Amino acid sequence: MLVNNFLLLGAVLFCIGVYGVIVRRNAVMVLMSIELILNSVTLNFLAFSFMHGNIDGNTFALFIIGIAAAEVGVGLAMVLLIYRNRKSIALDELSEMKG
Amino acid sequence: MSAVLLAASDDVKVAQNIAFGIIAAIMIVGALKVVTSKNVVHAALALVLVLSGAAAQYILVGAEFVAVSQVLVYVGAVMVLFLFGVMLTRAKLGRESDLNNPNSWIGVPVAAGLVGVLAWVLIDGFGDDRLPADGSSKAVVEISDSVLGPALVPFLALTFVLVAAVVGGIVLARKD
Repeated sequence: MLVNNFLLLGAVLFCIGVYGVIVRRNAVMVLMSIELILNSVTLNFLAFSFMHGNIDGNTFALFIIGIAAAEVGVGLAMVLLIYRNRKSIALDELSEMKG
Repeated sequence: MSAVLLAASDDVKVAQNIAFGIIAAIMIVGALKVVTSKNVVHAALALVLVLSGAAAQYILVGAEFVAVSQVLVYVGAVMVLFLFGVMLTRAKLGRESDLNNPNSWIGVPVAAGLVGVLAWVLIDGFGDDRLPADGSSKAVVEISDSVLGPALVPFLALTFVLVAAVVGGIVLARKD
Protein backbone atom coordinates (compact mmCIF):
# COMPACT_ATOMS: atom_id res chain seq x y z
CA MET A 1 0.00 0.00 0.00
CA LEU A 2 1.44 3.32 -1.04
CA VAL A 3 1.99 6.03 1.54
CA ASN A 4 0.79 8.47 -1.11
CA ASN A 5 -2.75 7.09 -0.77
CA PHE A 6 -3.00 8.58 2.69
CA LEU A 7 -1.03 11.71 1.86
CA LEU A 8 -3.19 12.52 -1.16
CA LEU A 9 -6.37 11.89 0.82
CA GLY A 10 -5.02 14.25 3.48
CA ALA A 11 -4.21 16.86 0.83
CA VAL A 12 -7.70 16.66 -0.66
CA LEU A 13 -9.35 16.96 2.75
CA PHE A 14 -7.06 19.87 3.62
CA CYS A 15 -8.05 21.74 0.47
CA ILE A 16 -11.75 21.08 1.03
CA GLY A 17 -11.29 22.50 4.52
CA VAL A 18 -9.50 25.58 3.15
CA TYR A 19 -12.32 26.04 0.66
CA GLY A 20 -14.82 25.91 3.51
CA VAL A 21 -12.89 28.46 5.57
CA ILE A 22 -12.80 30.84 2.61
CA VAL A 23 -16.35 30.37 1.43
CA ARG A 24 -18.41 30.05 4.59
CA ARG A 25 -19.94 33.09 6.25
CA ASN A 26 -21.37 31.35 9.31
CA ALA A 27 -18.82 31.12 12.14
CA VAL A 28 -19.88 27.60 13.19
CA MET A 29 -19.37 26.36 9.64
CA VAL A 30 -15.88 27.87 9.59
CA LEU A 31 -15.06 25.96 12.78
CA MET A 32 -16.27 22.73 11.13
CA SER A 33 -13.97 23.38 8.17
CA ILE A 34 -11.07 23.88 10.58
CA GLU A 35 -11.83 20.43 11.99
CA LEU A 36 -11.47 19.01 8.48
CA ILE A 37 -8.03 20.65 8.18
CA LEU A 38 -6.87 19.30 11.55
CA ASN A 39 -8.00 15.77 10.65
CA SER A 40 -6.10 15.81 7.38
CA VAL A 41 -2.92 16.77 9.23
CA THR A 42 -3.48 14.00 11.76
CA LEU A 43 -3.87 11.51 8.93
CA ASN A 44 -0.50 12.60 7.53
CA PHE A 45 1.18 12.26 10.92
CA LEU A 46 -0.16 8.73 11.39
CA ALA A 47 0.76 7.63 7.87
CA PHE A 48 4.35 8.76 8.40
CA SER A 49 4.38 7.19 11.85
CA PHE A 50 3.43 3.84 10.30
CA MET A 51 5.83 4.25 7.40
CA HIS A 52 8.85 4.89 9.61
CA GLY A 53 7.81 2.63 12.50
CA ASN A 54 8.13 5.59 14.85
CA ILE A 55 5.79 6.34 17.72
CA ASP A 56 6.13 10.14 17.63
CA GLY A 57 3.44 10.54 14.98
CA ASN A 58 0.90 8.89 17.26
CA THR A 59 1.91 11.20 20.11
CA PHE A 60 1.48 14.24 17.87
CA ALA A 61 -1.92 12.96 16.73
CA LEU A 62 -3.11 12.69 20.32
CA PHE A 63 -1.87 16.22 21.01
CA ILE A 64 -3.73 17.48 17.93
CA ILE A 65 -6.95 15.84 19.13
CA GLY A 66 -6.58 17.43 22.57
CA ILE A 67 -5.80 20.89 21.18
CA ALA A 68 -8.70 20.61 18.74
CA ALA A 69 -11.10 19.89 21.60
CA ALA A 70 -9.86 22.98 23.46
CA GLU A 71 -10.05 25.07 20.30
CA VAL A 72 -13.64 24.08 19.58
CA GLY A 73 -14.67 24.83 23.15
CA VAL A 74 -13.18 28.32 23.18
CA GLY A 75 -14.27 29.00 19.59
CA LEU A 76 -17.88 28.13 20.24
CA ALA A 77 -17.85 30.21 23.45
CA MET A 78 -16.63 33.17 21.38
CA VAL A 79 -19.28 32.52 18.74
CA LEU A 80 -21.90 32.45 21.47
CA LEU A 81 -20.63 35.77 22.84
CA ILE A 82 -20.72 37.36 19.37
CA TYR A 83 -24.23 36.05 18.81
CA ARG A 84 -25.40 37.44 22.13
CA ASN A 85 -23.98 40.88 21.38
CA ARG A 86 -24.95 41.16 17.72
CA LYS A 87 -27.76 38.62 17.10
CA SER A 88 -25.75 37.34 14.13
CA ILE A 89 -22.69 35.17 13.57
CA ALA A 90 -21.96 36.28 10.03
CA LEU A 91 -18.22 36.78 9.95
CA ASP A 92 -18.21 39.53 7.33
CA GLU A 93 -20.26 41.76 9.62
CA LEU A 94 -17.57 41.70 12.32
CA SER A 95 -15.87 44.92 11.29
CA GLU A 96 -15.36 46.76 14.58
CA MET A 97 -11.60 46.39 14.38
CA LYS A 98 -11.48 48.09 10.98
CA GLY A 99 -9.46 51.31 11.35
CA MET B 1 -3.50 10.20 -9.82
CA SER B 2 -1.00 7.70 -11.19
CA ALA B 3 -0.07 6.78 -7.63
CA VAL B 4 -3.62 5.72 -6.85
CA LEU B 5 -3.78 3.61 -10.01
CA LEU B 6 -0.46 2.06 -9.12
CA ALA B 7 -1.80 1.23 -5.70
CA ALA B 8 -4.67 -0.66 -7.29
CA SER B 9 -2.18 -3.05 -8.83
CA ASP B 10 -0.52 -3.69 -5.49
CA ASP B 11 -1.45 -7.34 -5.05
CA VAL B 12 0.01 -7.76 -1.58
CA LYS B 13 -2.64 -5.97 0.44
CA VAL B 14 -5.70 -5.92 -1.80
CA ALA B 15 -8.22 -5.85 1.04
CA GLN B 16 -6.60 -2.83 2.64
CA ASN B 17 -6.53 -0.99 -0.67
CA ILE B 18 -10.20 -1.68 -1.32
CA ALA B 19 -11.13 -0.60 2.21
CA PHE B 20 -9.02 2.52 1.83
CA GLY B 21 -10.71 3.42 -1.45
CA ILE B 22 -14.24 2.97 -0.14
CA ILE B 23 -13.59 4.90 3.06
CA ALA B 24 -11.71 7.65 1.23
CA ALA B 25 -14.60 8.10 -1.21
CA ILE B 26 -17.06 8.34 1.68
CA MET B 27 -14.81 10.86 3.44
CA ILE B 28 -14.40 13.09 0.39
CA VAL B 29 -18.13 13.08 -0.36
CA GLY B 30 -18.84 13.88 3.28
CA ALA B 31 -16.27 16.68 3.33
CA LEU B 32 -17.76 18.22 0.19
CA LYS B 33 -21.16 17.99 1.84
CA VAL B 34 -19.77 19.80 4.90
CA VAL B 35 -18.57 22.78 2.86
CA THR B 36 -21.48 22.97 0.40
CA SER B 37 -24.56 22.05 2.42
CA LYS B 38 -27.20 24.73 2.86
CA ASN B 39 -28.33 23.25 6.16
CA VAL B 40 -26.11 23.61 9.21
CA VAL B 41 -27.31 20.44 10.90
CA HIS B 42 -26.81 18.41 7.72
CA ALA B 43 -23.26 19.76 7.52
CA ALA B 44 -22.64 18.69 11.12
CA LEU B 45 -23.92 15.18 10.38
CA ALA B 46 -21.72 14.98 7.26
CA LEU B 47 -18.82 15.98 9.50
CA VAL B 48 -19.63 12.94 11.67
CA LEU B 49 -19.22 10.82 8.53
CA VAL B 50 -15.82 12.37 7.77
CA LEU B 51 -14.55 11.99 11.33
CA SER B 52 -15.67 8.36 11.56
CA GLY B 53 -14.00 7.65 8.23
CA ALA B 54 -10.84 9.26 9.54
CA ALA B 55 -10.97 6.94 12.55
CA ALA B 56 -11.24 3.97 10.17
CA GLN B 57 -8.23 5.24 8.20
CA TYR B 58 -6.27 5.52 11.43
CA ILE B 59 -6.95 1.84 12.08
CA LEU B 60 -5.66 1.08 8.56
CA VAL B 61 -2.35 2.76 9.45
CA GLY B 62 -2.13 0.82 12.69
CA ALA B 63 -3.06 3.55 15.16
CA GLU B 64 -5.88 1.94 17.10
CA PHE B 65 -5.48 4.08 20.20
CA VAL B 66 -5.69 7.31 18.21
CA ALA B 67 -8.71 5.94 16.34
CA VAL B 68 -10.56 5.21 19.57
CA SER B 69 -9.59 8.64 20.92
CA GLN B 70 -10.88 10.17 17.70
CA VAL B 71 -14.25 8.47 18.10
CA LEU B 72 -14.49 9.44 21.78
CA VAL B 73 -13.36 13.04 21.46
CA TYR B 74 -14.50 14.10 17.99
CA VAL B 75 -17.57 12.03 17.25
CA GLY B 76 -18.63 12.01 20.88
CA ALA B 77 -17.77 15.37 22.39
CA VAL B 78 -16.90 17.84 19.64
CA MET B 79 -19.98 17.03 17.58
CA VAL B 80 -22.20 17.56 20.61
CA LEU B 81 -20.48 20.92 21.09
CA PHE B 82 -21.16 21.80 17.45
CA LEU B 83 -24.81 20.86 17.73
CA PHE B 84 -25.09 22.93 20.90
CA GLY B 85 -23.46 25.82 19.07
CA VAL B 86 -25.95 25.50 16.21
CA MET B 87 -28.85 25.33 18.66
CA LEU B 88 -27.72 28.29 20.75
CA THR B 89 -26.88 30.63 17.89
CA ARG B 90 -29.86 30.34 15.60
CA ALA B 91 -33.54 29.84 15.93
CA LYS B 92 -34.37 27.99 12.76
CA LEU B 93 -32.81 24.72 11.73
CA GLY B 94 -33.92 24.51 8.10
CA ARG B 95 -32.23 25.53 4.88
CA GLU B 96 -30.40 28.82 4.85
CA SER B 97 -29.56 30.98 1.90
CA ASP B 98 -26.89 33.22 3.44
CA LEU B 99 -24.38 30.66 4.71
CA ASN B 100 -21.79 31.64 2.12
CA ASN B 101 -19.84 34.82 1.56
CA PRO B 102 -21.10 37.02 -1.27
CA ASN B 103 -17.88 36.69 -3.29
CA SER B 104 -17.23 33.05 -2.53
CA TRP B 105 -16.14 32.17 -6.07
CA ILE B 106 -12.56 32.96 -5.01
CA GLY B 107 -12.52 29.79 -2.91
CA VAL B 108 -12.70 27.48 -5.93
CA PRO B 109 -9.46 28.58 -7.67
CA VAL B 110 -7.63 28.79 -4.34
CA ALA B 111 -8.63 25.27 -3.30
CA ALA B 112 -8.06 23.83 -6.78
CA GLY B 113 -4.64 25.42 -7.05
CA LEU B 114 -3.71 24.24 -3.58
CA VAL B 115 -4.77 20.65 -4.26
CA GLY B 116 -2.87 20.73 -7.55
CA VAL B 117 0.33 21.95 -5.93
CA LEU B 118 0.05 19.53 -3.02
CA ALA B 119 -0.67 16.54 -5.28
CA TRP B 120 2.26 17.43 -7.52
CA VAL B 121 4.63 17.78 -4.57
CA LEU B 122 3.46 14.55 -2.95
CA ILE B 123 3.61 12.46 -6.11
CA ASP B 124 7.01 13.96 -6.91
CA GLY B 125 8.36 13.45 -3.42
CA PHE B 126 6.85 10.14 -2.32
CA GLY B 127 6.21 8.61 -5.77
CA ASP B 128 6.01 4.93 -4.87
CA ASP B 129 7.18 4.79 -1.29
CA ARG B 130 5.31 1.93 0.29
CA LEU B 131 3.97 1.44 3.75
CA PRO B 132 5.68 -1.55 5.35
CA ALA B 133 3.72 -4.70 4.57
CA ASP B 134 4.60 -6.22 7.92
CA GLY B 135 4.20 -3.07 9.97
CA SER B 136 2.63 -3.68 13.33
CA SER B 137 0.13 -1.45 15.04
CA LYS B 138 1.35 0.70 17.86
CA ALA B 139 0.75 -0.71 21.32
CA VAL B 140 -0.75 1.55 23.93
CA VAL B 141 2.24 0.98 26.16
CA GLU B 142 4.52 2.50 23.51
CA ILE B 143 2.30 5.57 23.25
CA SER B 144 2.18 6.01 27.01
CA ASP B 145 5.95 5.60 27.22
CA SER B 146 6.27 8.36 24.64
CA VAL B 147 3.68 10.69 26.14
CA LEU B 148 4.93 10.32 29.70
CA GLY B 149 8.58 10.17 28.68
CA PRO B 150 10.11 12.39 25.97
CA ALA B 151 6.86 14.30 25.41
CA LEU B 152 6.09 14.92 29.07
CA VAL B 153 6.59 18.70 28.97
CA PRO B 154 4.31 19.20 25.94
CA PHE B 155 1.80 16.91 27.63
CA LEU B 156 1.76 19.07 30.77
CA ALA B 157 1.47 22.15 28.56
CA LEU B 158 -1.53 20.52 26.90
CA THR B 159 -3.17 19.99 30.28
CA PHE B 160 -2.68 23.68 31.07
CA VAL B 161 -4.18 24.59 27.69
CA LEU B 162 -7.20 22.42 28.40
CA VAL B 163 -7.72 23.98 31.83
CA ALA B 164 -7.34 27.45 30.34
CA ALA B 165 -9.84 26.54 27.60
CA VAL B 166 -12.39 25.32 30.14
CA VAL B 167 -12.02 28.43 32.30
CA GLY B 168 -11.98 30.71 29.27
CA GLY B 169 -15.07 29.07 27.82
CA ILE B 170 -16.95 29.56 31.05
CA VAL B 171 -15.83 33.19 31.36
CA LEU B 172 -16.73 33.98 27.76
CA ALA B 173 -20.08 32.26 27.63
CA ARG B 174 -21.34 33.16 31.10
CA LYS B 175 -24.35 35.47 31.25
CA ASP B 176 -23.93 38.19 33.84
